[in-house]
Amino acid sequence: MGNSARTPDVAASADFEEVQATEQFKELRRRHRSFVFPMAVAFLLWYFAYVLLADYAVDFMSSKVWGNINVGLIMGLLQFVTTFAITGWYVSYSNRKLDPIAAEIRHGIEGHEFDKAGNRVGGATP
Amino acid sequence: MIYIPAAVDVAALQDTTLLNMGIFGLFVAVTMVIVLRASRNNKTAADYYAAGRSFSGSQNGTAIAGDYLSAASFLGITGAIAINGYDGFMYSIGFLVAWLVALLLVAELLRNTGKFTMADVLSFRLKQRPVRIAAAISTLAVCFFYLLAQMAGAGSLISLLLGISDWGGQALVIMVVGALMIMYVLIGGMKGTTWVQIIKAILLIAGAAVMTLWVLAIYGFNLSSLLGAAVETSNNPNVLNPGLQYGKTETSKLDFMSLGLALVLGTAALPHVLMRFYTVPTAKEARKSVVWSIWLIGLFYLFTLVLGYGAAALVGAETIKGAPGGVNSAAPLLAFYLGGPLLLGFISAVAFATILAVVAGLTITAAASFAHDIYASVIAKGKADADTEVKVARRTVVVIGVMAILGGIFANGQNVAFLVALAFAVAASANLPTIIYSLFWRRFTTQGAVWSMYGGLASAIILIVLSPVVSGAKTSMMPGANFAIFPLSNPGIVSIPLAFLLGWLGTVLDKKREDRSKQAEMEVRSLTGVGAEKAVDH
Repeated sequence: MGNSARTPDVAASADFEEVQATEQFKELRRRHRSFVFPMAVAFLLWYFAYVLLADYAVDFMSSKVWGNINVGLIMGLLQFVTTFAITGWYVSYSNRKLDPIAAEIRHGIEGHEFDKAGNRVGGATP
Repeated sequence: MIYIPAAVDVAALQDTTLLNMGIFGLFVAVTMVIVLRASRNNKTAADYYAAGRSFSGSQNGTAIAGDYLSAASFLGITGAIAINGYDGFMYSIGFLVAWLVALLLVAELLRNTGKFTMADVLSFRLKQRPVRIAAAISTLAVCFFYLLAQMAGAGSLISLLLGISDWGGQALVIMVVGALMIMYVLIGGMKGTTWVQIIKAILLIAGAAVMTLWVLAIYGFNLSSLLGAAVETSNNPNVLNPGLQYGKTETSKLDFMSLGLALVLGTAALPHVLMRFYTVPTAKEARKSVVWSIWLIGLFYLFTLVLGYGAAALVGAETIKGAPGGVNSAAPLLAFYLGGPLLLGFISAVAFATILAVVAGLTITAAASFAHDIYASVIAKGKADADTEVKVARRTVVVIGVMAILGGIFANGQNVAFLVALAFAVAASANLPTIIYSLFWRRFTTQGAVWSMYGGLASAIILIVLSPVVSGAKTSMMPGANFAIFPLSNPGIVSIPLAFLLGWLGTVLDKKREDRSKQAEMEVRSLTGVGAEKAVDH
């Protein structure tokens, strides 16, 4: 199968089991999972709580808060707010905690590093 | 001075046919030129399937929004809110929240491990043949359901705009739409398709924004008065409360849960959405595209709330139901009420473009899956060169196009959002468990994947066939027959947990272990992007 969109895979010969066993990689995996798993559980619980309320607590959801705006509408709009908030949170977390360490490991495997201009600046031996 | 007729005269719509066709023709002409220009350097398989991975995160994010905001979102949800009030709003919320699953658990990891199709990821560390075949079959099944929904939308729109209610006339127009779509995909490949989606997303969101502001302006930018007017027109205070559609019986309440589950878990398993992540150069761009699409899609769904209640207040549920095209005609009718023939023409052209772009995206996904997963890997056993593979993909496009046209001719009258929800249920059942397990569960095996995919796919489809969607009710596809032994119209609540269970069971009962080093490779690649990044630097 052709895969000409990518450069020849510099990582093809890497020992991935060895990389997987390094403390650095374990730290990356821990950081990733300790963020995405609890967050996924949290938003799914919040979403299903909302669905259940809309399904079985119709009177509560129908109670008016302001004018014709009821609890159901506010909770629905809050789902939008939390979705946007989690998105922003995840992006800032990845930029700070995941990307730098992922790049380090990647460079370690690929055996060289690039500076911002894309020039090779040395690094670990493969 | 705003032109506001006292009531929407549906018959008057037909006087605007020429204008509608003119605006639509203009869209087709402009996009065709862009597709032709974009296709000039389509050379390799990566160009054809993944647009040479040349799109930026924001471009791809807009294209994802274009792919995702289908006729279901625009016509279907607006109609569902206009008729069923709050219960229709649930679609918007489910469709949006679902993106968090894609953002947190799937998008970047998938970008780092795959090449062209969903099967690339699923078969990465398992046995190629069985997993690839299963993934390709489920991709084709999901695309088919999704295509059916889009084509039903095309049918509704056509009958409304052209006043063509006879079967032959509608069939003819569906054929024209299908033929156009085949042309886009054949000529433009993924690059052309992506550009069509970007243009369409901008037009759709801009059109919806204008209509939203217009509706709000009528009510002095006071959401509460808009809701009050919707209550007044429909003469039913319950349009603002949950339960109008799904609260009638215990069964329908369960159906609502099932729908909610399918919506939130389906998105991250839709093959045509997943394939879009391969059009960007890095995982960071994949993340950026999801963020863009979440903002655009979220904004659009906020608009649908106003549009839906606006249609309920200004057009009225009775008029909408009585119009040709039924529920799906709420948005075009609202446009006609607000801006007369010109806005109707624009909005209808956008809706047509929406259908065209989404159908093109689905078609290229299905064709890539067939050519790359079934033809190249299974039939030719990996010996096919890229040129032959692309040739096969192009032929598949024609076959799928013809199937979509036939499906579209026969699928009519059902709410488009509802039909799409079925595609979501099939995707969530057949694909999501295997995606999640293979990314996060070290022990997962081929047997688990195969059980989960076939089990999820089969249970979802069988339950749909045995549901009131197909038979046993007035609104069924076959109202005459009755073999609806499954009471829910969305199978998700049964088939999704079942597929997760089968994946687990198949794995723990599997005596064979998978290649340890492949698992290590997938995990390292998925989290670090090694081998998949940096391609842009060279």
